[in-house]
Amino acid sequence: MPTVALFVPCYVDQFYPQVAEATLRLLERHGCTVEFPEAQTCCGQPMSNSGEAAAAAPLCAHFLDTFQRYQYVVAPSGSCVGMVRHQFADLVPDHPALGKVRAATYELCEFLHDVLGVRRVEGRFPHVVGLHRSCHAQRELRLASGSERQVAPFDKVKTLLGSLEGITLVEPDRTDECCGFGGTFAVAEEAVSCLMGRDRLDDHAKAGAEVITGVDMSCLMHLEGLARREGRPVRILHAAEVLLGEAA
Amino acid sequence: MGHLTTLRHPEAAARFAADVPRTHWHDQALWFMRLKRDRAAAQVPEWERLRELAQAIKAHALANLPALLEQFERNATGAGATVHWARDAGEHNRIVHRLLADRGVSRLVKSKSMLTEECGLNPYLEARGVEVVDTDLGERIVQFRGEPPSHIILPAIHVKKEEIGALFHEKLGTAAGASDPKYLTEAARGHLRQKFLAAQAGLTGVNFAVADTGAVVVCTNEGNADMGTALPPLHVACMGLEKIVPRAEDLGVFLRLLARSGTGQPITTYSTHFLGPRPGAELHIVIVDNGRSALLGRDPYRRALSCIRCGACMNTCPVFRRSGGHSYGVTVPGPIGSVLAPAVNPLAHAALPFASTLCGSCADVCPVGIDLHHQLLAWRRELAAAGHVPVVKRLALRLAAWIFASPRRYALAGRLARLALRVLPARLTTRLSGAWGRQRELPVAPAESFHERYRRTHGRA
Amino acid sequence: MAAREEILAALRRHAGPGLPRPVLDGVGARFPDLVARFTEGVAAVGGAVVRVPDRAAADAALRALPIHLEAKRVASLVAGVGAPPFDAGTVEDPHDLEGLDLAILPGELAVAENGAIWIEGASLPHHALVVIPEHLAVVVEAGAIVPDLHAAYARLDLAGRPRWGLFLAGPSKTADIEQALVIGAHGARSLTVLLVG
Repeated sequence: MPTVALFVPCYVDQFYPQVAEATLRLLERHGCTVEFPEAQTCCGQPMSNSGEAAAAAPLCAHFLDTFQRYQYVVAPSGSCVGMVRHQFADLVPDHPALGKVRAATYELCEFLHDVLGVRRVEGRFPHVVGLHRSCHAQRELRLASGSERQVAPFDKVKTLLGSLEGITLVEPDRTDECCGFGGTFAVAEEAVSCLMGRDRLDDHAKAGAEVITGVDMSCLMHLEGLARREGRPVRILHAAEVLLGEAA
Repeated sequence: MGHLTTLRHPEAAARFAADVPRTHWHDQALWFMRLKRDRAAAQVPEWERLRELAQAIKAHALANLPALLEQFERNATGAGATVHWARDAGEHNRIVHRLLADRGVSRLVKSKSMLTEECGLNPYLEARGVEVVDTDLGERIVQFRGEPPSHIILPAIHVKKEEIGALFHEKLGTAAGASDPKYLTEAARGHLRQKFLAAQAGLTGVNFAVADTGAVVVCTNEGNADMGTALPPLHVACMGLEKIVPRAEDLGVFLRLLARSGTGQPITTYSTHFLGPRPGAELHIVIVDNGRSALLGRDPYRRALSCIRCGACMNTCPVFRRSGGHSYGVTVPGPIGSVLAPAVNPLAHAALPFASTLCGSCADVCPVGIDLHHQLLAWRRELAAAGHVPVVKRLALRLAAWIFASPRRYALAGRLARLALRVLPARLTTRLSGAWGRQRELPVAPAESFHERYRRTHGRA
Repeated sequence: MAAREEILAALRRHAGPGLPRPVLDGVGARFPDLVARFTEGVAAVGGAVVRVPDRAAADAALRALPIHLEAKRVASLVAGVGAPPFDAGTVEDPHDLEGLDLAILPGELAVAENGAIWIEGASLPHHALVVIPEHLAVVVEAGAIVPDLHAAYARLDLAGRPRWGLFLAGPSKTADIEQALVIGAHGARSLTVLLVG
């Protein structure tokens, strides 16, 4: 079974270690040998998405240096993987490990689905769950067909979640609208950002979701921050935590 | 364009979004357009192939623009039209005014043309004694209100019917308190019919200029372009030079995409192919550059010249729907506008490429496959490099990058941040988090990072 | 001509390497029943189709409709369909067409997918006849229905014969006031398609 290097996004590392732990356990449960290269820091996405290419480039290079010896790099984040796959080439075009690491890096659910071929995840999660389809997972990594394009429907994350025992998946009216996080957008355009987030929470509440999950903790951190401020009863969990299931 | 907002997007958007019920009303109206678009697209099995073709035709046209424009000019002239060339907005306005002045025209009817909005034609002509009447209903509404359109195909999407009722009561003498759209539309029909009959010239925009025939194609639902040009002896058609399509058969691709993408209709009601003037009348076509040739030389932004102005990116944009078209402060707002505007004036429009979450929905609905969110990102880089990004934000990001560049600094900074969140009063940390904490809680900081936990459980790697 | 030369020179500088014309393949709607699809298409854009076996029947069907019964001024550009004949060809100034209640126009071809009909400019003495009447009837042969716009442009061959014309899809409409669809914005308030054959 493959050896996998775990990449833990910086904010997950600091604020949501349980998500990283769940990712590690999930990969091990599916037969992977997981290593966690401790030199890792941040992929540079916050800087790059804000236009600070010069500030981002050394972080991209550090990422490539740290992960270049692995066959697979897996991260519980669509947007960080999207960064590696689609932005690194602009930022560190001449790094010798660019091609190899880009091809080796996967989002967690994508890795389970596409590389390990998982279609059924063993575990129980007897709750009503709404899936927040984060934009970069959706439209950069194409983890699902999406509401815009007229292609044969597919949804890798939903396939995995739906295979859990006891889970009830519910769909909001707007199946893949942005939550309004958007990195520095969350702060620079606070008014619109928060309205977008509350609209997502309302949509999921209308669908009856008790739990909102997704593959990007950044979006979920924004939704959780809004929900907690307003005392909404919804629980916010990363997909890795849900896929790990609950002890019976 | 002095009447446009001078607020930066975040402030203008916050002002718009402060009225939450009205923002939701606006959001829902545009989302309804998006759903209609989805249904219309789903009925065309080869939808994605059409988008590919449209993109390829436009790329081909942009790469061959000089030859295609000359071919268009030859064919249009051969059919009896007169072709004019304008380097910029001022030259465009002068050409149009000269055409009108030479013929003693003081009453002009216009159908929708974002180009003339871009050039500020209306105030230019009005200052010279020409009565300019916008005849598209939505455009007439915003013209009465003294403001620019807030959306390129739904100019009055931000106005409620009660407000239009009050406006028409004042301007057209409709019954006080009446707000039924059918009644108000009927009143506008009567009012504008008189304007059509009295007009001495009609001006239209151009959706497509066909090189191999010399025709200009104008698409409307109301019929105002046909009405405005069928009666008076002068038709002036104003087009950006990127409107060229090589062949008439290419229109099959574009007309199948255009209305479906914008409003979810299978085709607009009138898709009129003007070729040469009516007998006894004149047709003048004004081809306008106004920054377009420069944009053509700038990758990746040149692809934005493929835009067919369908409005789909505005309808789908979650930020546009919640901030309103006026918050962008430019003639063409929304995702495509945020790509086009900084090319004209980077400093004035530096906030626009940041008025997006880069969610990418715009690129996936775009009928000509413009990678809008990637272009916004390209602008962010360019604007940051030019120093057009707030200095505090730049310093914060550079400080963060410096911390992340060293695993040791990163570990220390993380520990300190979590410690602060754990020991300082929540009220203080929330306040310190600034715009994050005004409406949102900060995450609950754990005692250990994953790094620390991993080291404890797995030993040093 | 300074502007023209300057603009073209700038474009030549920036156009970049030439790209080949794409081949328009992989597109083209197919419908098992063109008449049925066209009829649906017209309804979807706010018009109505009346199917008749021949021109005489088209005339009879039209005369029975309120748009004809209640019309005072009728202009027919289709021989034998609609009466009394008002000779729009004798009108010199299109402004004099104001007040026309009904015009009957010939349609050259019809598009099943979107309900649009190509109105050939040369068949009309005035462009205004398309928009100025209160109501429109268009006579088109059932055999002139093509599946989609690709087929329509192939059949029209516009490059071969320079001419003006338009695709007309339903009556004039607007939704500029709170997205409420209102029929009859500036042009015809109704469109009746007399589908012959």
